Amino acid sequence: MDFTLSETRAMLADSLRGTLTRGADWAALAELGVPAALFTEAEGGYGGEGFDIALVFEELGRAGAVTPLLDTCILAGGLLAECGADVQVAAILSGESQGAFAHWEPGSRYSPEPMQTAARETDGGWRLTGHKAVVVNAPASDLILCSARLPDERTGLFLVASASSGVELRETPLMGGGDAAEIILDDTPAQLLTSDAASMIEARLARACLAQCAEALGLMQAIRDLTLDYLRTRNQFGQPIGRFQALQHRMADMLIEIEQVRSAVINLAGHLAADRQTREHHVSAAKVLTGEVARLVSEESIQMHGGIGLTEEYALGRHAIRLSLCDHRFGDVDYHLARFSALSHQENQS
Amino acid sequence: MDLTLSARDTAFREEVRDFLRAELPTRISEKVRLGRQLVKDDYLEWHALLRGRGWLAGNWPRAHGGAEWSAVERHLFDLEATAANAPRILPFGLVMLGPVLMKFGSDAQKTHYLPRILNDDDWWCQGYSEPGAGSDLASLRTSAVRDGDHYIVNGQKTWTTLGHYANRMFALVRTDPQAPKKQAGISFLLIDMESPGIEVRPIRLVDGTAEVNEVFLRDVRVPVENLVGRENDGWSIAKYLLTHERTGIAGVGFARAGLAALKRIAAQEREGGKPLARNALFAARIARVEIALMAMETTNLRVVAAAAAGQAPGPESSMLKVKGTQIRQEITDLIRRATGPYALPFQADALAPAGNTAPIGPDHAPAAAPQYFNNRKLSIYGGSNEIQRGIISKTMLGL
Repeated sequence: MDFTLSETRAMLADSLRGTLTRGADWAALAELGVPAALFTEAEGGYGGEGFDIALVFEELGRAGAVTPLLDTCILAGGLLAECGADVQVAAILSGESQGAFAHWEPGSRYSPEPMQTAARETDGGWRLTGHKAVVVNAPASDLILCSARLPDERTGLFLVASASSGVELRETPLMGGGDAAEIILDDTPAQLLTSDAASMIEARLARACLAQCAEALGLMQAIRDLTLDYLRTRNQFGQPIGRFQALQHRMADMLIEIEQVRSAVINLAGHLAADRQTREHHVSAAKVLTGEVARLVSEESIQMHGGIGLTEEYALGRHAIRLSLCDHRFGDVDYHLARFSALSHQENQS
Repeated sequence: MDLTLSARDTAFREEVRDFLRAELPTRISEKVRLGRQLVKDDYLEWHALLRGRGWLAGNWPRAHGGAEWSAVERHLFDLEATAANAPRILPFGLVMLGPVLMKFGSDAQKTHYLPRILNDDDWWCQGYSEPGAGSDLASLRTSAVRDGDHYIVNGQKTWTTLGHYANRMFALVRTDPQAPKKQAGISFLLIDMESPGIEVRPIRLVDGTAEVNEVFLRDVRVPVENLVGRENDGWSIAKYLLTHERTGIAGVGFARAGLAALKRIAAQEREGGKPLARNALFAARIARVEIALMAMETTNLRVVAAAAAGQAPGPESSMLKVKGTQIRQEITDLIRRATGPYALPFQADALAPAGNTAPIGPDHAPAAAPQYFNNRKLSIYGGSNEIQRGIISKTMLGL
């Protein structure tokens, strides 16, 4: 066992932190080679392991950065790489292309089963009809990956050109930053990437959950630091409010829980390549802990700040929103608690 | 970053498993599994088996007869031993006093006491808390006044775990009542429990046990050579001792074993013809505590690894204390709830060392509620969880 960062990863963290403090957009991140850190060497990158993902996203979270990295690299890019779509992956690595994954559907919350979006084969290729919900980063994406039910009931994975006919995007900004779109597909032409995508998607979502939990961990630390500064400098009743035990103990509890999240992120990062059962147990464990602690940290930090915590001019509010809303992607606390139990039950049956 | 066990560690774990399968007597492991009280001979028998294998002092250096296990090896042993329902290794001599003597003791003290700890020639108890000095330990008042070659000790210690078995006590005593800071007038003294003037009285607890005691000291004569370290330097020794408790403070092994028991019980208890484990609400409660435990195990290993790499042992142990005890208390609470109406009968005889009445209800029933109440101690002792939060906010947060 070893809990230290390799030299390469420590260097990546340093340079990424430096770039992010100067404020970095997608082009700047691509130029720095950050997308490449999220792909394996075989895919054209130089990382792609669990701890690479954890490190990059923790730094993004710490900076409160809103980037398309999760949707473009982890979801769309990763799926493209697994399907051997080298040209598109190269376009992502160079920063030319952005991507999104249209998977979830209205009325099915966090699990798109049974999938309503259907694929039909014609002479000229495949066509998709259906509705995909809150597709994050779709407005900026030229590469939209889309799941759909095949005539034989398997889950197929398709590439939809966002400019193609028969696709309607209803765009919306997101509360925590970034954009998304509702996607209405009406006999939309699409390119089939693989016709048996279910387990590929599950494994991909495990990585997305890791990225999201690591980003949340970074946000928690940013919020912790802001709150600590505030407790040390805000004077009431003639002294810094951090002298009051009622606040000290709540801050200590926050710190303990943030360390729990760090451990859950490490556990998930270290088990991404494990067997399915083990990996998915860690996915749901990380999502449950992150979701619970996200709520604790954002609510407690706002409460300890008072009204200033909700103002636009101060960073805390933005961070807290971003942190709280991570529970609304890839399954919330209740979804993953039930899933964790179900996985344990399957384990006992087998 | 690498979470996998080395081949050497995996082999060690197998060795521990084999040893436990072959050597741990069922008579003892059944007592532990059923939550029955252990007596002195149970502990001594278990210690003797470990001693025979060279494993009694896993944390001690080889030079002193220990096994000099790595942090990971200690962790693995702990997990396997608790999973097999082995009794705990008593910490007083081996974990608490031993490392203190190695660091602060005189050569004569080391030569005399360390082998005796290893051989179980002495049973040590801890003389820290007093009726007026609980969380505020440094306000302790038991006094030691120099009289020629002796200290004359007067005062009262309390919450002395298994003190009724002990023939020795390491104690914090006040040697300088005039010291400008209350921490500065305290010394660390080794006291013979068979000395005249010592009286041990059991404190009966609501779960029917009497594992803790009051110890009264009246004009007890303690030879000056029983002072450890310098006079009035006892507080720094006490703090050093606390850092040595840290690797076990999270109680990961106990929590793992408790969770396994909880799952067995939830599978066994039935409700509407189905196992309680299939009740979605109860399953979610189990899942939540298991998830917290999975993370806490890794937090524990991170702290242990950092300490092994030479980083100063810090307030992280306070984090582990709080989280670890919350998890263990939650597990015993769930076991109590899982037991349903059969948690109501108070079946003291089924828990007594020599009891032989067949229990009413399932075999996990008699201990369910008593252990829940007993485990309230976890967040009280070793520095209450509020004290730990104070340490965290002072040292880690700078508040």
